[in-house]
Amino acid sequence: MLVNRRLILAHFWLAFAVFGIALTLGAWQMFIRSPIGTWLSNPELYYRSLTAHGTVMGYVFPTLVAMGFGYAISESALEQRLVGVRWAWTGFWLIVIGSVMAVIPVALGRASVLYTFYPPLIGNVFYYLGVVLVVVGSWIWVALMAVNLRVWRKAHPGAPVPLAMFANVAGSYLWAWTAVGAALELLLQITPVAAGLKATIDAGLARVFFSWTLHAIVYFWLMPTYIAYYTIVPRAIGGRVYSDSMARISFILFLVVAMPIGMHHTFADPMVGAGFKFIHSAFTALVALPTLLTVFTICASVEIAARLRGGRGMFGWIRALPWDNPMMLALAFSFVMLGFGGAGGLINMSYQLDASIHNTQWITGHFHLIFGGAIVIMYFAIAYDLWPHLTGRELIDLRLIRTQLWLWFLGMIVTTFPWHWVGILGMPRRMAYFDFGDPAIAPQALSVTFSAIGGFILLTSGILFLVILARGMRAPQADAGPYRFALAVHQPATVPIALNTHALWVALMIALTLTNYGYPILTLAMTEGTSVPAVYVGAQ
Amino acid sequence: MSARDLFTFSNPHFTRGVGITAAILIVTAIVGFIVLPFAQPWVQFANVWDAICSAAGVPQRAANVTAPEQVKRLSEVVLTSNTLSRPSQEAIGRGATLAQRCAICHGPTGISRADSPNLAGQYAAVIYKELHDFRSGARTNAVMSPFAVNLTDQEIADLSLYYAYLPRLPAYHPTPQLPKPNIVIYGAPMRGIAPCGSCHGSLDNKTGSPWLEGQSEAYMKAQLQAFASGERRNDISQQMRNIARALTPQEIEQAAAYYASQPPDVVKAVD
Ligand code: HEM
Ligand SMILES: [Cu+2]
Repeated sequence: MLVNRRLILAHFWLAFAVFGIALTLGAWQMFIRSPIGTWLSNPELYYRSLTAHGTVMGYVFPTLVAMGFGYAISESALEQRLVGVRWAWTGFWLIVIGSVMAVIPVALGRASVLYTFYPPLIGNVFYYLGVVLVVVGSWIWVALMAVNLRVWRKAHPGAPVPLAMFANVAGSYLWAWTAVGAALELLLQITPVAAGLKATIDAGLARVFFSWTLHAIVYFWLMPTYIAYYTIVPRAIGGRVYSDSMARISFILFLVVAMPIGMHHTFADPMVGAGFKFIHSAFTALVALPTLLTVFTICASVEIAARLRGGRGMFGWIRALPWDNPMMLALAFSFVMLGFGGAGGLINMSYQLDASIHNTQWITGHFHLIFGGAIVIMYFAIAYDLWPHLTGRELIDLRLIRTQLWLWFLGMIVTTFPWHWVGILGMPRRMAYFDFGDPAIAPQALSVTFSAIGGFILLTSGILFLVILARGMRAPQADAGPYRFALAVHQPATVPIALNTHALWVALMIALTLTNYGYPILTLAMTEGTSVPAVYVGAQ
Repeated sequence: MSARDLFTFSNPHFTRGVGITAAILIVTAIVGFIVLPFAQPWVQFANVWDAICSAAGVPQRAANVTAPEQVKRLSEVVLTSNTLSRPSQEAIGRGATLAQRCAICHGPTGISRADSPNLAGQYAAVIYKELHDFRSGARTNAVMSPFAVNLTDQEIADLSLYYAYLPRLPAYHPTPQLPKPNIVIYGAPMRGIAPCGSCHGSLDNKTGSPWLEGQSEAYMKAQLQAFASGERRNDISQQMRNIARALTPQEIEQAAAYYASQPPDVVKAVD
C-alpha cells in the first residue's frame, strides 16, 4: 500500500539527481589527476570538487535513499498509511536547504575541507550548518520510523513485525546514534571556530568524535542494500528467505557491533591508547559475522529459488537461476564486489597490515568497491523494483537495465582494481597532482589510466540509470499491484520479544559506545593544552 | 509483551545477549590492556596498573629531563583571526608615520631601489610576522634588526596594516615577463617539493606566505640560499628550509628570476 508516492519519489529523485552531479565530479577528478589529463594548475579546484563529491556521496545521497526506501517500507510492509507526512516533508526540505547551504561555500572555494572536515582546517560556517541541517532532516525520518512502528504495534499487539520494517527501524536507530559523534564535533568544536568565537581547536578529540560516526555510517549506507538482499531479491526471483530469524539476528548484530569499532580509523593517530585500539580492532572482526550470516542466508534463499525452478545438482542449480532478471544480476554483481571489498577490509582492520595502506589510494579503491559498487548497485536495483509501484508505469526495457548494471559492475572493477594496486605501491590519496613523467612513479601511470577509463564507464552507466528512470516516468500506465516483500520458508507466527523489538540491542549499542569511547573522549576533553590554532580555508 | 519481559534474566535472549557481549568486552580488555602491553619486550612496566594506564593512553608528564637549551631562537608569532582584523584609519595613519624610518631602504612608496623587499601591498600577516621575528631575534639582519628591536606590539600591527594598505606598484627592475618554470607551478613531487605557487600566489596563497611578484631577484636568491644553509630559520616547522634544501641551484635561479619578472598586479586579490 504505497500512498505517499510523491514523498518517496521526491526523495529518490533528489538522491539520484545529486548522485549524477557528484558522479560527474568524481569522473573529472579521476581524469584530471591521471596521466591522460593535463595538470590543472590550481589544486584548490580539485579540493573543491573533492569536498562536493565526498559530501554528496557520503552524506546526502545515501541518506535520501535510506529515507525514501524507509517510507516505502513503512507503508507497504506495515500496510499502513504513513503517520506524520507533514513531518516527512519537513525533513525533506531541511535536507534540500542544508544541501544548498553547504554547497554554496564549497563552490566558492570557502570550504574545501573535504567531507571528513579535517580540523584544524576550518571552512565557512555555512558549510557545517548545512551538513547539520541534512542530519537533522534525517533524524526526523528516524523519529517517524519509530512512531510508525509503534502505531502499528498498538494495532497488532504481539504480532511479528515484518522483517523489512524491523530491519529498517534498526537501520534508523543505528544512524540516529552514530550521527551523534559528528554532530558533537560540528556543534561543540568546529562551528564555534568557524563562526570566529574561538581560534583554536582540539583536532585529536575531533578525530575521535568523527570516528564515532565514520564506521557505523558505512553500515547505515549498507542497510538498504541488506534489506534488499533479504526482502526484495528472493521475491523478485521467485524464492523464499531461508530463515527469518537469521535475518533478524544479522540486523541486530549490526546494531550492536557496528558502533563501538570506529577507532580502527585512528590506528595511526597518537591520541588514542593502544589498548582501546585493540578493543576496537577485535570488535571490528566481529562485524564480519552478520555479513557472513547474510551471505550464507541469501545464497541459501537463492538456491531455493533455483530448485523451485527445476535446478539440480551440487552446483547445477546455479544455471537454473533467472539470469535475465535485473534483480538476480544486481545481486550477483553486488556479492562479487562485496567479496573482493570484504577481503580488502580485512587488511584495513588489522592494526599492522593497515600501516602499509594507510592514507594511500588503496583506501579510496576499497570504499569505492564496497560502497560505490556493492552497495550502490543495490540502490539501483531498489529503484528499478520500486519504480513501477511509485509511478504506476512499467519499466519496459529490461535489456537497457541489464546493460546499465553490467556497465556499473565492469566500470567499478576497472576503476577500483588498479586503484587498490597503486595504493599498495604507495600512491597517496587526496592529492591533486602526480608527475607521472618522473621515473619513480611512471610505472603507476598505466594503472591510473585504467582507473580513469573505468571512471568514464561508470559515468556512462550512471547517465543510463537516470535515463531509464526518467523514461519510466513517461511509459504507458500499468498497474503493478501492491508492493510486496519476500516471505520466509517458515513465515513466523510469533517471534520472541528480543527479536521483535529493538530496545535490548539499542541499549547494548549505547553501553558499548560508552565503554569503548567514554574514557578516550573524557581524557582528551579534560586534558589541557591539546588544542592547536585553526587554519582557515582561503584566509589571509 | 513489555520491557519487563525483555530486560530480565529469565529471558534467555537477554541473558545471552548481555552475557556474550560483556564476555567479549572483558576478554578483549584483558588482552588489550594487560597481555599485549607485557608482550612488548622493549617496554618496561612497573606493575599491571602501569601497563593498563599506558594502554589506556593516560596522559603522562614527560620524564623530568630539561629540554636542551635552544641556541637559536625560533619564531613565536601567533596569529589569530582577530590579530589584524578591521584596520582602522588611525592605525594606518600611525603606521604611515612610523614607516618614515623604513623609507630609506624600502622606499617612500614601499617600493625599494636597494634590493630590499618591496612592502607596498604586502599581506599584513607577513609583515607582522617578520617584524616580530626580527624583534625576537628569530630572524636577524645587520640592517633590519636594530630597527625592529624597539618596536612595540602596537607599532608592529600599525606598520603591517599601513603597508598592506598601500597600492601595489611596479618594481624598479622591470625585466620581460618570463614563462612559469616547472618548480613554480608543479613543484617537484618526487623530491617532496610543493609548487612555490601553491603558497606564494600564482596558484594559491597560504597565510603567512608573502606574494613575491616583482621582488628583487638578488634578494629572493639570497633568502633561498639562507634557508637552504640554515642561516635563516624563522620559518615555522621548517616549511621553507625543507623546500630550499631540496632545490637545485638552477631551480633557485629560475624561481627568483620568474617572480622578479612578474608585475605585482597579478597577485591574487584577497578579501
Ligand atoms: C564515476 C564514478 C566515481 C569516480 C570516478 C569517483 C572518483 C573519486 C575520486 C577520484 C576521489 C578522490 C580520491 C582522492 O583523491 O583521494 C573520490 C572520493 C570519494 N568518492 Fe568517488 N568516485 C565515483 C563514484 C563514487 C560513488 C558512486 C561514491 C559513493 C556513492 C563515491 C564516494 C566517494 C567518497 C565518499 C569520496 C571521499 C572524498 C574524500 O576523500 O574526501 N564516489 N571519488
Ligand atoms: Cu570503519
